[in-house]
Amino acid sequence: MTKTTEGSPKKVQRVETAESMAQKQREISVSEFFLKNRHLLGFDSPRKALMTTVKEAVDNSLDACEEAGILPEISVEIQQTGDNRFRVGITDNGPGIVKNQIPKIFAKLLYGSKFHRLRMSRGQQGIGISAAGMYGQLTTGSTTVILSKTKNGPKAHRIGVQIDTRANKPTILAEEEIEWLPTFYPAQPDGAAPVEPVSFKHGTCVTIEMEAAYIRGRLSVDEYLKQCAIANPHLQLHYRIAVLKKENAKADNGKETEGANGAPAAEGNWNTFQRAVHHLPKAPAEIKPHPHGVELGILMQMLKDTHARTLRSALSQDFSRVSDRAALEICEKAGLNPKANPTRIAHQESEALFKALGETKLMRPPTDCLSPIGEEQIIAGLKKEIQADFYTAVTREPEVYRGNPFQVEVGLAYAKPGENQDLGADDPVRVLRFANRVPLLYMAGACAMSRAITGVNWKAYGLAQPKDAVPVGPMVILLHIASVWVPFTSESKEAIAHYAEIIKEFTYGLQECGRQLSVYLSRRHRQAEADRKRSYIEMYIPHLALGLREILALNDKQEQAVVTKLSDMLERTHLDV
Amino acid sequence: MPKKKVVKTAAPDAAPQVVSKQAASEKIQEVAEEIYGDVMKKGRKPSMSFPVRSLANVKYDVKRGHFEILNKTSTRTLSYNTVKTFAQSMRLLATTKNDLLDKDDIAGKREVYYNSKSWGECRFDEQPESDTLLDDIEAMLSINREQLGYIPEERGGDVCGPLTVIDLDPGTNKDIKIDCTKLGTGAWSIPSRVEHLRFQSKAKLVLVVETASLFQRLVHHRYYEKANCILISMSGVPTRACRRFIRRLSDDQKIPVLAFTDGDPYGYCNIYRTLKVGSGQAAHINRYFCVPQVHYLGVTPQDISDYKLEDATHPLEEADIKRAKDALKNDPFIKHHKEWQQALEHMLKLGVRIEQQAFAKHGLNFVLEHYLPEKLKKGQFLP
Repeated sequence: MTKTTEGSPKKVQRVETAESMAQKQREISVSEFFLKNRHLLGFDSPRKALMTTVKEAVDNSLDACEEAGILPEISVEIQQTGDNRFRVGITDNGPGIVKNQIPKIFAKLLYGSKFHRLRMSRGQQGIGISAAGMYGQLTTGSTTVILSKTKNGPKAHRIGVQIDTRANKPTILAEEEIEWLPTFYPAQPDGAAPVEPVSFKHGTCVTIEMEAAYIRGRLSVDEYLKQCAIANPHLQLHYRIAVLKKENAKADNGKETEGANGAPAAEGNWNTFQRAVHHLPKAPAEIKPHPHGVELGILMQMLKDTHARTLRSALSQDFSRVSDRAALEICEKAGLNPKANPTRIAHQESEALFKALGETKLMRPPTDCLSPIGEEQIIAGLKKEIQADFYTAVTREPEVYRGNPFQVEVGLAYAKPGENQDLGADDPVRVLRFANRVPLLYMAGACAMSRAITGVNWKAYGLAQPKDAVPVGPMVILLHIASVWVPFTSESKEAIAHYAEIIKEFTYGLQECGRQLSVYLSRRHRQAEADRKRSYIEMYIPHLALGLREILALNDKQEQAVVTKLSDMLERTHLDV
Repeated sequence: MPKKKVVKTAAPDAAPQVVSKQAASEKIQEVAEEIYGDVMKKGRKPSMSFPVRSLANVKYDVKRGHFEILNKTSTRTLSYNTVKTFAQSMRLLATTKNDLLDKDDIAGKREVYYNSKSWGECRFDEQPESDTLLDDIEAMLSINREQLGYIPEERGGDVCGPLTVIDLDPGTNKDIKIDCTKLGTGAWSIPSRVEHLRFQSKAKLVLVVETASLFQRLVHHRYYEKANCILISMSGVPTRACRRFIRRLSDDQKIPVLAFTDGDPYGYCNIYRTLKVGSGQAAHINRYFCVPQVHYLGVTPQDISDYKLEDATHPLEEADIKRAKDALKNDPFIKHHKEWQQALEHMLKLGVRIEQQAFAKHGLNFVLEHYLPEKLKKGQFLP
C-alpha cells in the first residue's frame, strides 16, 4: 500500500517529484496494519476485546490438546485490575510449547501451524492470540506472560513477550525457568464444597492484561464459554471472574470516575462446565483439494507446482477422490493427452481441463478430513448445559463448496413452556452458531445459518413463526459447520458466507430436526390431553365412590375398590394414547 | 317400621303418592346398589336413566285433563364427559338420603347449592347446575322433591276472600284456623306444603289473577265480598304449591276456578297452560300439580275490540311471536283446543298484546265494576 495522497498539491506549494515521493513510500508491516484496523480481528469494543481474547486462547488450547490426543481441561480466569482494565489468564493441560517457539506463537502475527494445510481446526490464520497480546500491549503497555511445561521438560518456562509492531517480531522481556504445573480447581456441579485441585504434568498458561469491559449477557464471555462447553462436550472447563466492587453505587451516574476502583476485586468462585463425553473427537485428517471446487487460477497454480510428470498422475496425486481411471476420464473429456506435461497444460489448455473436472462424476470428498461433533455428542452437550424436555440432533453427510468439504450439523433442545426460565415460550428461539466447534456470538444477522433458519417453514413443525423471521418458542437451535476452510465473511470470524450449498445443507438439517420436533410436539400434545383427562377422571371418581360409600355404608376397602375399578374402566376407554 | 315402600292415602289422582321418608331412602339405596353392582360384579360402566323432561315427551291426557309423561328416557352412562355430573349426582343422593330423609330435615334449593361447597372440586359452580340435577334425581326416583325434603324458595301465592284454611301449629300440631277475610290489608301466603290443609268456604268462585297489583286493587275494594269469590294471586307462572293448593281447594269445596292473566302468549301458554295441565319440565308429577277444572276468563284478543282497548295495546315482540308460533306447533294442549288456536292466531293477526291493567283506560275501577261482572255474567270462557 502506498500513501500517495499525503502532501497533496492543495496544501503544499512545492511540487513533488517521483524521487521525493519514493522517499516517503515504505513497506507497512502486517502488525501495523492490524494495529490500525483492529476491528477486523474482533477488538473493536472493550467488551468484545475481552471475549475475543478468551476465545482465541481457548481455541488454541483446544486445538493443541486435540492434536496431541489429550482430553482437554482448560481454565479461564478473569480479574479486574482497574476501572477499565482486566487481566485474562487461560491455562490448559495441552502438550506445552517448546521454549524457542513461545515468542513467535504469542508475539508474531501470521505465524502458525494451521494456515498451510487443508485440515480442520479452530484457528486458521495464526493471528488471534498474537493480536490479543498486541491489543493488550497497545492499550495498557503490558507484557504477555506465558508459562509452559512440556511432558519431558524438568521445569516450566516463564516468558514475557511484546510484539515489535514495525517488524512483526517478538521482543522477549523476561525469561526464566520455574517450578510450575498447570492446576485446576473443579467446582462441584451442585455448588457443594470444591474438590481437591487437579494438576497436570504438562500445559500452557497465557496471561494478558488489557483494556476491556465486562458485561453479562448474550455477548459475554460467560455465554461464550457456555456455548463452548456445549459444542465441546469432551472439554472440562473451569471459569472464574473477579470484578471490582463499585463504591457507593457510582455506576448509577453512568460515569466511571477515578475513585471507582477502591475496593479489592472480590474472589469469585470457580465454575465448572463438566465434561460429558470422555473420549476425544476423531482426529481430522489432512486432505488434498477436491476437483469440484478448485478455481481456474488455483488449478493452474497446482499444475505448475506439481511434482508429477504427466497430467494423469498430477490429477490423481494432487487431488482427492481422483482415481487413476477417473484421471483418464477427465483427460479424455478435456481432449487432452494423459501423458502431457502438466506445466504446459497449465499455460495453454487449463480451461478445457477445468471444464472437464467440473463435468466428471467423482466421489464426495473424504469425510475423514472433517470431525463433526456427532449427533450423540451434540445431544450430550445440549443436555448438560440447557435444561429442556426434548433433544435431537442431525449430522448431515459431507458436502462440498468450492472444492472444500464441509459438513453441517443441527441440534434442537425444546423445553416445556415454563420449564426453563431462560427460554420464554413467547420469545424467538435461541440460536447457537458454531464453526469448527467455535461459538459465533456476533453478526448473527449476516450469517448463512440465520438465513437457513428463517428460510425454513417452522409452522409446519408446530412452532409460531413471524414472517421471514426466526421461529418463536422455548427452544434452542444449534448449528455447526465443520470444514477444512470455513468461509467466514470477515477476518473476525463471526458469520458464515452465504454459499448456496451451505444454506441448502443447513436447511435440510433443520428440516430433519423440525420433523422430529413435530413428532415430539404432537405426541406431547396427545400426552397432555390424556394427562388432562386422567386428572379430570381421577378428580371426580373418588367423589362418586364417596357418594356410594355414604349411601351403602361401604368400608374403606370397598370404597377403594370402586375407585380403582372405575378409574381403570374410564382410562381404558378414554386414554388410549 | 313397616317395609312398605309406597303408602297410598287416596285415589291416585286425588293426591300425590305419599312416600314415606324411609321408602324414599330405600329407593336411593336401591339406585346406589345397582350402580355398585354394575361396577363391582358385572364390571360395566354404571348408568342412570331419567324420563325426558320436555314438551316432546308429554301427551295431553284429555280425560284426566293434564299433561301425562310418555316413556322416553335418557340414559347417562359414566364416561369422561359425564364423570363430574355422575359424581355430583352420587353425592347429592347421599346428602338427600343421609342428611334429609334419614334425619327428617329440609333444605332449600339454594341451600343445596351452598352445601355442595364443602365437596371440593365436586362442588356446583352455579345454582342452575344443582337445580337441574335435583330435577334429574326427582324424575329418576319418581318422587317429587318436596317429599325428598327439598322446599321451594319461591312463595306459593297470596290468598284473600271467604275462605277458612285449617292449618296445623308446627309446634303443637293443633289446628289453627285462618279466616282469609280477616287479614286486614294483607293476604294469606300459600305455604310450600299444602297436603295437610283443610278448607271451609261458601264462595261461588276461585279467581286466580296473574299480577299482584290487580290483586291489591281487588282486595282493596273488597271485590271478593261483592262477587263472593276467593282471590288468589300467582305473581307469574304458578308454583307447584300454588297449583296444588288451588287444585285441592277446588276439589275439596267443589268451587269452579277462573284465571285472569295478561293477554299475551306468555299469559296463555305459560301461566295459564301450566296452571291447567302442568309443565313439560315436571311432567312426571303433573297429575298432582295441575288444575284441570280451571277456565280462562281473560284478557282474550276478542276483549280488545269488545272493550275498545286498541289504543291500550303494545305491539307483539319477537319473543312473543316465537312463543305463540311455537305453542301452535308443539304444545299438545294448544293443539288439542281449537279455541286456543283461534285465540293465538287472532292475536298474531292483530300483532298486539294487552295487559290486565289496560282497563284503567276507562277508569281505575272499570275492571271490577264492568269487565269482571260482565264477563262472569256472559259465562263464555276459553277452555
